[in-house]
Amino acid sequence: MHPHQRAMLRATSPAQVLIAPTGAGKTLSGFLPSLVDLIHAPKQGLHTLYISPLKALAADIRRNLQIPVAEMGLDIRIEDRTGDTSAHMRRRQRADPPQILLTTPESLVLLLSYPEADKIFASVKRVILDEIHALIDRKRGDQLMLCLARLARLSPQMTRVGLSATVKDPSQIAAYLAPDGGAEIITAPQGPAPDIAILEADIPPPWAGGGGRYGVQAVYDQIKRHRATLIFHNTRANAELFFHELWQANEDTLPIAIHHGALSREARAKVEAAMSEGSLRAIVCTGSLDLGIDWGDVDLVIQIGAPKEVKRLVQRIGRAGHRFDLASKARILPANRFEYLECQAALEAVRDGGLEDDPIRQGGLDVLCQHILISACAGPIAPDDLYAEITTAAPYAGVTRAEFDRALDFCATGGYALRAYDRWQRLVTRPDGMLALRDPRSAARIRQNIGTIIETDRLKVRMAKRRGGAPLGEVEENFAAQLRQGDSFLIGGQIVRYEGMRELVVEVSPSPQKRPKIATFMGTKFATSLQLSDRILARLESGDWSGLPAHIADWLDHQARLSRLPQRDRLLVEAYPHEGRAHLCVHGFAGRNAQQTLGLVLTHRMDQMGLAPMGFVANDYATLIWGLDPIADPRPLFEPDLLRAAFEGWLSENAVMKRSFKAVALISGLIERSVNGTKKTGRQAVFSSDILYDTLRKYDSDHILLEMTRRDALRGLVDFGRIDEMLTRVGGRIDHIALPRVSPFAAPLLLEAGRIPVHGSADQRLLEEEAAKFLPQAALGHR
Amino acid sequence: MQAHLEFQFGMERLLATPQGALYWPKADVLIVSDLHLGKSERMARRGAGLLPPYDTPETLARLTEEIATYDPAVVICLGDSFDDLEAARNLSPYLARRLGPIQAGRKWVWILGNHDAGPVNLSGEHLDEFETPPFILRHIARADLPEGRFEISGHYHPKMRVALRGRSLSRAAFLMDERRLILPAFGAYTGGLWADDPAFAGLLGADAAAIVLGQPPVMIPLKR
Repeated sequence: MHPHQRAMLRATSPAQVLIAPTGAGKTLSGFLPSLVDLIHAPKQGLHTLYISPLKALAADIRRNLQIPVAEMGLDIRIEDRTGDTSAHMRRRQRADPPQILLTTPESLVLLLSYPEADKIFASVKRVILDEIHALIDRKRGDQLMLCLARLARLSPQMTRVGLSATVKDPSQIAAYLAPDGGAEIITAPQGPAPDIAILEADIPPPWAGGGGRYGVQAVYDQIKRHRATLIFHNTRANAELFFHELWQANEDTLPIAIHHGALSREARAKVEAAMSEGSLRAIVCTGSLDLGIDWGDVDLVIQIGAPKEVKRLVQRIGRAGHRFDLASKARILPANRFEYLECQAALEAVRDGGLEDDPIRQGGLDVLCQHILISACAGPIAPDDLYAEITTAAPYAGVTRAEFDRALDFCATGGYALRAYDRWQRLVTRPDGMLALRDPRSAARIRQNIGTIIETDRLKVRMAKRRGGAPLGEVEENFAAQLRQGDSFLIGGQIVRYEGMRELVVEVSPSPQKRPKIATFMGTKFATSLQLSDRILARLESGDWSGLPAHIADWLDHQARLSRLPQRDRLLVEAYPHEGRAHLCVHGFAGRNAQQTLGLVLTHRMDQMGLAPMGFVANDYATLIWGLDPIADPRPLFEPDLLRAAFEGWLSENAVMKRSFKAVALISGLIERSVNGTKKTGRQAVFSSDILYDTLRKYDSDHILLEMTRRDALRGLVDFGRIDEMLTRVGGRIDHIALPRVSPFAAPLLLEAGRIPVHGSADQRLLEEEAAKFLPQAALGHR
Repeated sequence: MQAHLEFQFGMERLLATPQGALYWPKADVLIVSDLHLGKSERMARRGAGLLPPYDTPETLARLTEEIATYDPAVVICLGDSFDDLEAARNLSPYLARRLGPIQAGRKWVWILGNHDAGPVNLSGEHLDEFETPPFILRHIARADLPEGRFEISGHYHPKMRVALRGRSLSRAAFLMDERRLILPAFGAYTGGLWADDPAFAGLLGADAAAIVLGQPPVMIPLKR
């Protein structure tokens, strides 16, 4: 037995955090004390609850646990419960729970919403939260901590255990799990330092774009030399394109698969099963495999493209080398020359042990509202008790009673300045002071809307003329809307031809084409951390290209010659024409969220100044804005006080805020999710949440949902702190360079997905242009 | 003054407003369709959610603005003015106060829709159809339209998706061909039906066009 496993067995504190890299027998360590306890004092009823963010993990661990339990002849029932569990099994689990239940956060919420929750959970002795580091900064974690607070009330003798990967500051995980202190931290030995390096290909990386495809042959060589390889991409589009090219290079017909979030559930399950059986040599994937079952065969991890955060790189590296005494092996392939610098910075950071912080942020109020409604489903609420309970959860420790009451009011009446719904309140106060559902039937609707994960509007993709066939996957509705018949795109590794839409399903046929249009999937993206951005700027300033390959050094010199190299204390702004549009590139190095915000604020100012911006796109190093008219001098746009002051009002009108509002509206229960992922068709269609957002802004600007939206947007998407940092660092020193064409440093942005449209005066001009095309032919009308 | 689009229909000059109303200068008639007043209240009643209860004031504010702009002698609401009859009953005291001043001195016609096919206690005429040559006004377009007649209707809440130079816009729209004109929904909380929906196939000819709302609205062919 490993020392940390022994430590877990001996622990007597009410909370423990186990920090262990993959392969250290982490999960078994979590369960050993449960098994020992059940052997000594066998009992019916729920004893141990295990929660994993992944359904597949819950199922896999159940299988793994059942083996030793059966061998030892123990009479312990172990079951998993997820979205895939049959209705029959679920009913049985409620009536007659197993001793060990493995489940997901969402399934736990559902269980807690039933009136018999207090009976089911009264006997719980241990709660194990797996991959807790992955939840700490997310709404999913907020919800889980609220559930934990509820469980602690239902079963005060309960011990809580958090299993975590390596983090910078374990005491933060400990404080998250047990805010009142008293969590014991147990650390497994870290194992040998990983074997990581940059993967050099025969040809240098391109100046821009390409998604790492220049390195396909080098990657293929690595696959041939290893048992099983995981190839991580940062975006789904890149994963598809890379997989396509890798397959063309696959002369030995090795079994290689693709896995990402937009593929159908069936397709993903097949890939995971094949990997578990050991019948795959490589998987091209995205963050969809960041967490998951330990596949013992994986002996190499390749990261394509810059990793953005050191800690994510470290965690991905941990997916290789199942045996914890063997060094994990990983290679990084920079996708383009710019990324080379970030990849090198990441390597240095891993060697120096420099991970990023894990700040605990305040929990979402929308999640709190969902929790209030779920509680009401289980039974009447005593507001004082509920407030006391939620403040024992780390993300909600700082919630004031006033904020809580506002959340309650929202749940009950909608919380509007105009009190219009007294007759139709969702929650009513009973004579005994308890708050209850006015209509018990609304519980079913509330249960259907459980969850904090929001899918963007996506449409299923299917082969035409094969109605019953499994869907190939999904694409964004915006992407589908632009397709004309005959256009081709990649999905699941194959090129398909768009035939049309039938009942909100995209119909395609196999395409003989060799080059597809890119499918713009919008996965979640992480920003390059301040730490890495800083290292890159320092390197650029140093002028020291030693250790960099010749092609990178040449490219840096090229940028210096054609334009200028960005510096820490100056802001480089380049202007050039491209494809009939005027472009402006702002090299801020503030991370993609802050660069995105900069795009919002700048385009808003430009629109007001009559400059007709059409849109922008941002990456971690720069923001690229395009529009119909060029700008003579962009420097006034960056005046710090104006930027900061204008930020407030302008931000509220933008597409990014509306996106945040939509998520908040869904999670808090204002609007319902589409059932089964299908949209309602026809005139009864649910109207867009944008209308609700605009209405609230106009008539009820202090409404709690707008505040929730603001907080969300400020935190995640906006990251104004990094813009502040940049403005301070730059101190008004702005260099405006006009170029005849795109610069080497600006080129990557042209191929960046995730463009944000600016709906302003440009829209009207475009519409009028379109109409003007048809004026001579219009038989029907004329101005 | 908002910018509108002038166009020809039934050999008459008509104006399409940015908010989705229709004005006929020669007869001094303003037409709006599918106000769906009381929608948020109806949804609350049905347990379908507690939406911001400002749709009725907002829709009325827009209507008041249109009436102030064009000062029509006749106002026609082309059906589904109320989300259901109970909403109409609940709202009528408030509406009577609110609409009274703007109805004064004008002829007001409420066409019955499928949501509000019953008596409503508000002043004005309540009709199934209204003929004002050369037009016939009704809530839902009918397949049997006699030769030489021109029909104006609502009901479908048409929306148009326009793909332009790599950008996709989605707007409410009037749909029309030589003999039929379908208005977009004027109400604040109204969803819509895409213009390429099969429901329109039987109603509009191959030469159909859409007037997409904007400042001003813009006419483009209906691609199908």
